[in-house]
Amino acid sequence: MAEIVFDDVTKRYPDGYEAVKSMDLEIADGEFMILVGPSGCGKSTALNMIAGLEDISGGELRIGGEVVNQKAPRDRDIAMVFQSYALYPHMSVRDNMAFPLTIMKVPKEDANKRVEEAAATLDLQQHLDRKPSQLSGGQRQRVAMGRAIVRDPKAFLMDEPLSNLDAKLRVQMRAEVARLQDRLSTTMVYVTHDQTEAMTLGDRVAIMRAGQLQQVASPMELYNHPNNLFVAGFIGSPSMNFLPGRIHDGVLKLPVGDIAIPDSKRAQLGDTSADQPLIVGIRPEDFEDAAVVGSDSRGATFRTTIDVLEAMGSEYYAHFTISAEGHELQENAELRELQEDAGGGALATPDSFDVVARLDQTSRLRAHDTAEIWINAAKIHFFDPESGRSLAAQQ
Amino acid sequence: MQRTGKEVALWSIALTLVLLYALIPVILIISLSLKKPADIGDGKFLPQSVSFDNYDNVFSTDTFNSALRNSIGIALIATVISIALAALAAYAITRLEFTGKALILTGALAIAMFPPISIVGSLFDLWRRIGLFDTWLGLIIPYMTFSLPLAIYTLSAFFREIPWDLDKAAQVDRATPWQAFTKVMVPLAAPGVFTAAILVFIFAWNDFLFATVLTSTDASRTVPAALAFFTGASQFTDPTGAIAAAAVVVTIPIIIMVLIFQRRIVAGLTAGAVKG
Repeated sequence: MAEIVFDDVTKRYPDGYEAVKSMDLEIADGEFMILVGPSGCGKSTALNMIAGLEDISGGELRIGGEVVNQKAPRDRDIAMVFQSYALYPHMSVRDNMAFPLTIMKVPKEDANKRVEEAAATLDLQQHLDRKPSQLSGGQRQRVAMGRAIVRDPKAFLMDEPLSNLDAKLRVQMRAEVARLQDRLSTTMVYVTHDQTEAMTLGDRVAIMRAGQLQQVASPMELYNHPNNLFVAGFIGSPSMNFLPGRIHDGVLKLPVGDIAIPDSKRAQLGDTSADQPLIVGIRPEDFEDAAVVGSDSRGATFRTTIDVLEAMGSEYYAHFTISAEGHELQENAELRELQEDAGGGALATPDSFDVVARLDQTSRLRAHDTAEIWINAAKIHFFDPESGRSLAAQQ
Repeated sequence: MQRTGKEVALWSIALTLVLLYALIPVILIISLSLKKPADIGDGKFLPQSVSFDNYDNVFSTDTFNSALRNSIGIALIATVISIALAALAAYAITRLEFTGKALILTGALAIAMFPPISIVGSLFDLWRRIGLFDTWLGLIIPYMTFSLPLAIYTLSAFFREIPWDLDKAAQVDRATPWQAFTKVMVPLAAPGVFTAAILVFIFAWNDFLFATVLTSTDASRTVPAALAFFTGASQFTDPTGAIAAAAVVVTIPIIIMVLIFQRRIVAGLTAGAVKG
């Protein structure tokens, strides 16, 4: 068991490309840390640097207080679970799990006992003598974890371990990983591109973008107080809606209408009389069917036509389009990347914005209805359109 | 699938023709080897009376016994060394980026295409000067050299198929590069190793050119070369029958070799995959 410290760590490839830029991160002993971000953000590179599978170009990486920059993977005493599981196909499950012990020349009896224990933990006893090719995806995944835990290493590294499983199994294995980490309380670094995994698993989540850490915080902190546009858009599903806004004479002007700025937000906005452009973020659950909301709650309402209504059982997802009406969403690199990550190639058309709202299950709205939608003004997030920084975080 | 009578008939004829074409020379040599020396010239395809005199004859001469020993020894040693070197080279070529990698591959290919006849003369001279002429080593070296490129190409094709994650997993599991290579890579590339081994062994076993030029006595003469020096039971007997018997004997190890390795190759190919 040990803490892992990134001290100004940089990974530069020979062609000059920097996959990880001056990363500073402290992962405490026994902590479950998630590295999350879109593909190509450097999260796997960071993990491979901990494992020793990638050289470190600059800075210092310490495991348990010891600088490991020059150490070979086998001398770092860490265990890793790969996305492809990387089970040795020519060995039985037992031999796969015992492989690190055999290498370490652990006495046969002791090794056997540890394999049996790990197998019991992971419910693999009856599969010990089978070959990996005879196992299902979930079982292979467990064997890969078994191979990691038999050794009692300083830290576990997991590289998108659940991404090859189908959706149902993934949810099940997610709980299993969480239980495992809870029981072993060994430092664990877990890489994923899935924000749901990041939110549900980690003690803390480190969000990366283009080789740089964006924010490191607990899942709820990230959700409620995102540092910048990228974090705000990446965390949460459905993701946060972004609208262009303007503060004018103490009033927030949005394409949907004017909203009085609540006192709680006034401080972070500074001088509200100046005519400053903003990007405004509203989470889907901060919209509501006005008919459901009591008349006493503060906020603003606007009328729109529901394009699509998705019934989720416990709630509805309402999709509607807001026309820009002279408001323009400024070009922002973070927004563009979020959009690309979500699968949409182009940015939203400049003259209208697609918005997703999460409505209560008691709402009586139907698709194509003209609806009165309420916005919870107290939960609105404000971002600087130039830097993408959250105005709340700038204080 | 039901086949009509006509289809069956056509296929049977086609297959019979192919079998005859392939097997007649083999049957002829077996038949010759089983004829009595007096019957060799009788012009009959099958022997009138079967006799194993030629086989007795062949095994009673020192020439053949030592040639067989030489052949087996030289071919096996050349195969083992060639495969060991090729496996290391192929692993480096598939896993490492180093300057001159393209050059090595091109060079290997060039050697494979190089006509042995063009160097055999100078090799003869060289070997005599440095004392390798008519020794096992004198044959092992050229066999190894000419079979290495093929072995490297075959093995690197197999190594390339092995997911890189397995190397990394072995490294993280505290294996040294050598342990990762011997415990993970080589067993997984076993089909490739056996394929390459068969090819190298057959090349060394069948070679006639180097064997005739670089040897002069029973000390290192291999079977293909020795056959040419066969006399019969006595100087005055026609050696045809004896040569035929020796030719049959010399084919047997190759057949056994292929049968053994073939099973390993199939077993290797059906072993488990990495993920599903």
